[in-house]
Amino acid sequence: MLKILKYSFYDLMRSRWSYVYFAFYLLLGIVLLFLNNDLSKAVITLMNVIIILVPLIGTIFGVMYYYNSKEFTELLLAQPLKRSSIFLGQYLGVAISLSMSLILGLGLPFVFYGLFESSAIWDFSLLLITGTFLTLIFTALAFNIALSNENKIKGFGYAILLWLFLAVIYDGIFLLVLIGFEEYPLDKVSLIGTMLNPIDLSRTLILLKLDISALLGYTGAIFKQFFGTNYGLIVSFIALSLWVIVPVLRIVYKSKKKDF
Amino acid sequence: MKKLVVFMSVMLMTGATTAQTLEVCKTCAITSVQAAITQAKAFDTIVVKKGTYKEHNLNFDKPLTIIGKDQPVIDGELKGEIITITSDNVTIDGLMIKNVGTSYTADYAAIRVKRSKNFTIQNVVLEKLFFGIYIERSSDGKILNNKIIGDAVEEYNSGNGIQLWYSKNVQIENNIVQHVRDGIYLEFSDFCTIKNNLSSLNVRYGLHFMFSNDDVYEGNEFSNNGAGVAVMFSKRIKMYNNLFKDNWGTASYGMLLKEINDAEIIGNTFHDNTIGINIEGSNRIIYKHNNFRNNGWAIKVRGACYTNTFTENNFLYNSFDIAYNSNVNDNTFDRNYWSSYTGYDLNKNGIGDIPYRPVKLFSYIVNRTPETIILLRSMFIDIIDFSEKVSPVFTPDDLLDNNPLMKKATW
Repeated sequence: MLKILKYSFYDLMRSRWSYVYFAFYLLLGIVLLFLNNDLSKAVITLMNVIIILVPLIGTIFGVMYYYNSKEFTELLLAQPLKRSSIFLGQYLGVAISLSMSLILGLGLPFVFYGLFESSAIWDFSLLLITGTFLTLIFTALAFNIALSNENKIKGFGYAILLWLFLAVIYDGIFLLVLIGFEEYPLDKVSLIGTMLNPIDLSRTLILLKLDISALLGYTGAIFKQFFGTNYGLIVSFIALSLWVIVPVLRIVYKSKKKDF
Repeated sequence: MKKLVVFMSVMLMTGATTAQTLEVCKTCAITSVQAAITQAKAFDTIVVKKGTYKEHNLNFDKPLTIIGKDQPVIDGELKGEIITITSDNVTIDGLMIKNVGTSYTADYAAIRVKRSKNFTIQNVVLEKLFFGIYIERSSDGKILNNKIIGDAVEEYNSGNGIQLWYSKNVQIENNIVQHVRDGIYLEFSDFCTIKNNLSSLNVRYGLHFMFSNDDVYEGNEFSNNGAGVAVMFSKRIKMYNNLFKDNWGTASYGMLLKEINDAEIIGNTFHDNTIGINIEGSNRIIYKHNNFRNNGWAIKVRGACYTNTFTENNFLYNSFDIAYNSNVNDNTFDRNYWSSYTGYDLNKNGIGDIPYRPVKLFSYIVNRTPETIILLRSMFIDIIDFSEKVSPVFTPDDLLDNNPLMKKATW
């Protein structure tokens, strides 16, 4: 598995797209820092970018990579290799190279700006951690979609739809539910609703460290109890980990069953 | 020789007219403040030297000046009230007073002024107190440079730092009030000036107005208070250049206005508060040159607020600029700077060419269903905010800043 991981990783490192992705984040980081001059504001803007763009790029990249390297995968399958290690290797190769572009691209300008002396370092690390989680989650989801669809166009379509659903439509439905049932206590519903969508979860997690904590407490005791303590942070991270583990397990399961 | 004669005569004359000075110390003829008060005649000066005096119920019933040298301590041993002033023209200067008794039936104070005029309380340090300085039915006094540090934890068993009740023309300046229930509390007190005080870390309000008219407060700092500053049921209050910050909690605000009419709120800074200003039933108020920075809500308008004007304020990076709970608007917004304004200025006159709508659809939704706040900064919310901006349905469509500034307002 490690060998395949290494191969996929180097393959992607050589590809143009990783550099474009890296350069994009580098540019974004530099522009934000030097136009804003306020580190915590830059972190908020970055959050908006991360919760929208990282999933999108993770999904598209994952699907694209799978379809592009399909012939090579079939070649590998002819070798005496475990299926799970082939697909996990490819998955990790994509996910790790994307995460690296993200961390380095955003991290470098901030380090040069003097992040280590700033109090925003925790907000910023949290941002990178959730960004990495989102990459892992959406690449895994993309691999799932690609494995289940032979048709390239269909696969791409589903991938985009998935992103659109989780990034935008889900929140719309969520909002309608909350307004529709406004007569009832909604604390728990909204907590569960947040846990079920990795993008919402990441957003809430970052906002908690920024401006939202007191605003959330405004609405009720459960919010305050949950988000005001480390308990909320731990539960959120567990939920994010589940969002990585479940799709990865499905990759393993699906790849074993799949007929090439 | 001539000089000496002049000097001698001046000495004689002053000696004859000025009152005498009594000294209190452990080794003096007078060893307690109570004894000094009993022996003193009107307009005498009592000088208390360094030391700890275990006394309470000191009643200043004649015009006296008491001056502490090197901050002597008067320890009330939690037995009740410590100093009561019932005469006009009393000055208290440089004492440290501690251990005021706590009671659920009487408001024991470190210093109480009752039906007096022209009192001065200055350079006093109060610690371990129930009520600090309590002024009732008095007028024309000064409370200057005092430091009041309480140890209040709960609202029900703590008192206020400086309390005015039915008093007039009192100047409260340069005091530090911390860890009490209400830092400064005015009830039925008119024409008072509250200036350059620091009121922080109090259990309830930093400053609390009730039924008090024509007061001015300026240059004060209110920070980290349980609920911020409350101004209620008062008229013609002037609030200038104060700083309200870090009132960050579930039911906190920088300032609460309730039933306030004809006030002026000018040059204040509100930053890092859950709600900058919470307005309810307040009319004809002028908001000018204020800075609202990093608040949850800069201004929350609850209802029954008419003919208020907001001009040349800066709204910077608040989660919500303005929240309204109805779609009727009778307030005016003009020439403010809004950090979330996205318009343009083609003729370069410093004023944006398209009006700004400070009330977002999302802030309307949050008002209705508070739990939806969990969707803050979600992409879907940005989309519906945008569509509401293009064609307002839920938010007041005449609530506009027609002349939004392109750059921060300076004054």
